[in-house]
Amino acid sequence: MSNYSAPLKDMQFVLRELAGIERVAQLPGYEEATADVVEAILEEAARFASGVLAPLNFSGDQEGAKWHDKSVTMPAGFKEAYAQFIEAGWNGLASEPEFGGQGLPKLVAAAVQEMWKSANMAFSLCPLLTLGAIEALQLVGTPEQKAAYLPNMISGKWTGTMNLTEPQAGSDLAAIRSRAVPQGDGTYKIFGQKIFITYGDHDMAENTAHLVLARTPDAPEGVKGISLFLVPKFLVNPDGSLGARNDAWCVSIEHKLGIHASPTCVMAFGDGGGALGTLVGQENAGLKYMFIMMNAARFAVGLEGLAIGERAYQLALAYARERVQGRAIEGSTGPVTIVHHPDVRRMLMLMKSQIEAMRAFSYTVAAAHDAAAHHPDADERKRSQAYVDLMIPVVKGWLTETGNELAYLGVQVHGGMGFIEETGAAQHLRDARITTIYEGTTGIQANDLIGRKIAREGGATLQGVIALMRQTEAELAKQGGAEFAAIRAALGQGIAAVTQAAEYIVANYAGDIRGVSVGAVPFLKLMGIVAGGWQMARAALVAQAKIAGGDADPFYPAKISTTRFYADHVLSTAPGLAHAVVNGGGGAMALAEEML
Amino acid sequence: MADLKILVPVKRVVDFNVKVRVKADGSGVDLANVKMSMNPFDEIAIEEAVRLREAGVASEVIAVSCGLVACQETLRTAMAIGADRAILVESDADLQPLAVAKLIQAVAAKEQPQIVIFGKQAIDDDANQTGQMFAALMGWPQATFASKVVVANGMATVTREIDGGAETLEMKLPAVITTDLRLNEPRYATLPNIMKAKKKQLDTYKPADLGVDVTPRLTTLKVSDPPKRSAGVMVADVKELVAKLKNEAKVI
Repeated sequence: MSNYSAPLKDMQFVLRELAGIERVAQLPGYEEATADVVEAILEEAARFASGVLAPLNFSGDQEGAKWHDKSVTMPAGFKEAYAQFIEAGWNGLASEPEFGGQGLPKLVAAAVQEMWKSANMAFSLCPLLTLGAIEALQLVGTPEQKAAYLPNMISGKWTGTMNLTEPQAGSDLAAIRSRAVPQGDGTYKIFGQKIFITYGDHDMAENTAHLVLARTPDAPEGVKGISLFLVPKFLVNPDGSLGARNDAWCVSIEHKLGIHASPTCVMAFGDGGGALGTLVGQENAGLKYMFIMMNAARFAVGLEGLAIGERAYQLALAYARERVQGRAIEGSTGPVTIVHHPDVRRMLMLMKSQIEAMRAFSYTVAAAHDAAAHHPDADERKRSQAYVDLMIPVVKGWLTETGNELAYLGVQVHGGMGFIEETGAAQHLRDARITTIYEGTTGIQANDLIGRKIAREGGATLQGVIALMRQTEAELAKQGGAEFAAIRAALGQGIAAVTQAAEYIVANYAGDIRGVSVGAVPFLKLMGIVAGGWQMARAALVAQAKIAGGDADPFYPAKISTTRFYADHVLSTAPGLAHAVVNGGGGAMALAEEML
Repeated sequence: MADLKILVPVKRVVDFNVKVRVKADGSGVDLANVKMSMNPFDEIAIEEAVRLREAGVASEVIAVSCGLVACQETLRTAMAIGADRAILVESDADLQPLAVAKLIQAVAAKEQPQIVIFGKQAIDDDANQTGQMFAALMGWPQATFASKVVVANGMATVTREIDGGAETLEMKLPAVITTDLRLNEPRYATLPNIMKAKKKQLDTYKPADLGVDVTPRLTTLKVSDPPKRSAGVMVADVKELVAKLKNEAKVI
């Protein structure tokens, strides 16, 4: 079993120096998020993550969630850990104070969520799904729905689920068939089967609010005829007490590659006469609400990639420092720990540098989200929202793809022991695997990026981002020394690659949408790598200023060296990805299908 | 219970997870860029005091720390666990146990607590003196190394861990208690309480305000790493082992 120790130093550095927590704390509504309070919050969250959640990660994976008699039993310790989690008030961290939340910025929530996910990804999915349901109700719930559900869900006493997928309706939700039949009294009876429902049933909370996509009898075909319904596990009486068991049951759970402790349920609604539910928001607007919530969910899943990478790194690093094997390649008197071997060092640095780049990038997107929601100036809100919209598919796609690569490296560092389940490295690889799939596959993210976020607006928002990157490059040029010269060269090349690829996409999207779409995922990776490199360059500049100011903390020279490594090993791949975007479309579509 | 205040002195120390390094000149431990936290025994003391207040035995819990301005963080942690307010005696001097005991004595004179709960020792210098010195200065009874505390009817009944077992003492209040590891398991602070801690009262005094001379009485001559363990040797049989234990190690 492995330990987890939250990387508080790097988190605090990113919050303070790159994401601007002090600026966020000046936004109306976020006044309480002062630097000292945020530090105290992160320290206690770190203690909770290490002390309560992390010890259940391995055992939860081994034991898994169990299904019997239409209900799910969680692995040993989860129920107690969840009780502690909500008792400590973590569930309501970023939710509205009106219903009992603490109303803290998304930036703070991002750092805290990273810890939950690193400590125990399977556990963290329960509060994550509850949060999605809370956001839907905050957004469009009726006053009655809000009053009855939000306080209980924000406290965590009740959990929430998102019921979207059906066997024939996965990435394409237009194919949804579940039915909602009005009862004439404002309620509906829901009929249908939903699959892949995370925490659709469990024994950690007394009630669950299922948010279900379904069609009303006269609904138009396709995506314009889908409505959102609130279907509780137990009906809620007018006085707030729990009533009869609703006709919404978990009829089985999936046997999965990873996240074994997270029950992935097949949900049957209405097999026993109809599951009672109420409409959320307007009829036929369900998918629109889903898309609004999806930004939050996709950001959160992106953080899972970062979080699993961090946990895999901690495990690999501890092993590499301890495992004695082989002599040093340059010669040594006796065997050495494997951290001395250049290739092991390279793998560890690939992990460390990309983790830091992902953290810096995603937290700055979270800060932009806070500005988009709370900035007093409307133009600034709009600009920030455009930046968030552009970067959400990159956060989701790049962080999860990279998280998988890091979990792979984590196994590789361990050698043969990494292939053995008891070591724990394999679990991270298995758990990471779902992150590039759910909440929209990497392919879906990439199509969103090049289509809706770039081609549709002629690349306007991206051009603004590129201008900011060029400013950072100019700052790098003012620094002396080989490190900064190398960082500047790689960032400059990366920015040029993004520019070239984006221009190609904008110019050819209408005329050759198939060819351009072949390059969608390479372009998403290119964006992630360069955006991460941009934030690492900013980090190196801050570090340099600290050193110049006489700060002797070894964290700062390490940050510069890590950025240099990232420039040479990661940013350097940018031109190749741009090449694939610009030149690779034809090749992928050239073969006749039978020649594949 | 009408008006029973508990005072809990807390110390800011190097976090227990940190592997400390001795400064190159041997003058002490290098504290630059090292994570600092509340002394774990003091956390237990705060927890015990808060439990006594929650049980209705005590009316108020006051945390007090002596040292740098940064000790405010430690006091905020104490208030996040549940202390009602805090006092910082701010000083950048090297505060030794006797000085701290005198500072707490001065604070106690202002606050008039019925119980003062110390951690039995701090994990940085392991002195294990401040609580006892304070009790002597006040002329109060003391029960050190507590593993169980019951307060009722103006008396504290304290089970303490001693060599070979436990003994139970009964003291008349006001009294001093120092905590051992097994007294309780400190809670995780809740998010709402962390945020409330910022708004709780924190008063600051200087040693001079309290009329206490904190001049160090002890001089540190040298701080060094413990000697490195030398490599083990294989012995051929039990006879050789016994011989080595007798003649080389001289332990039997």
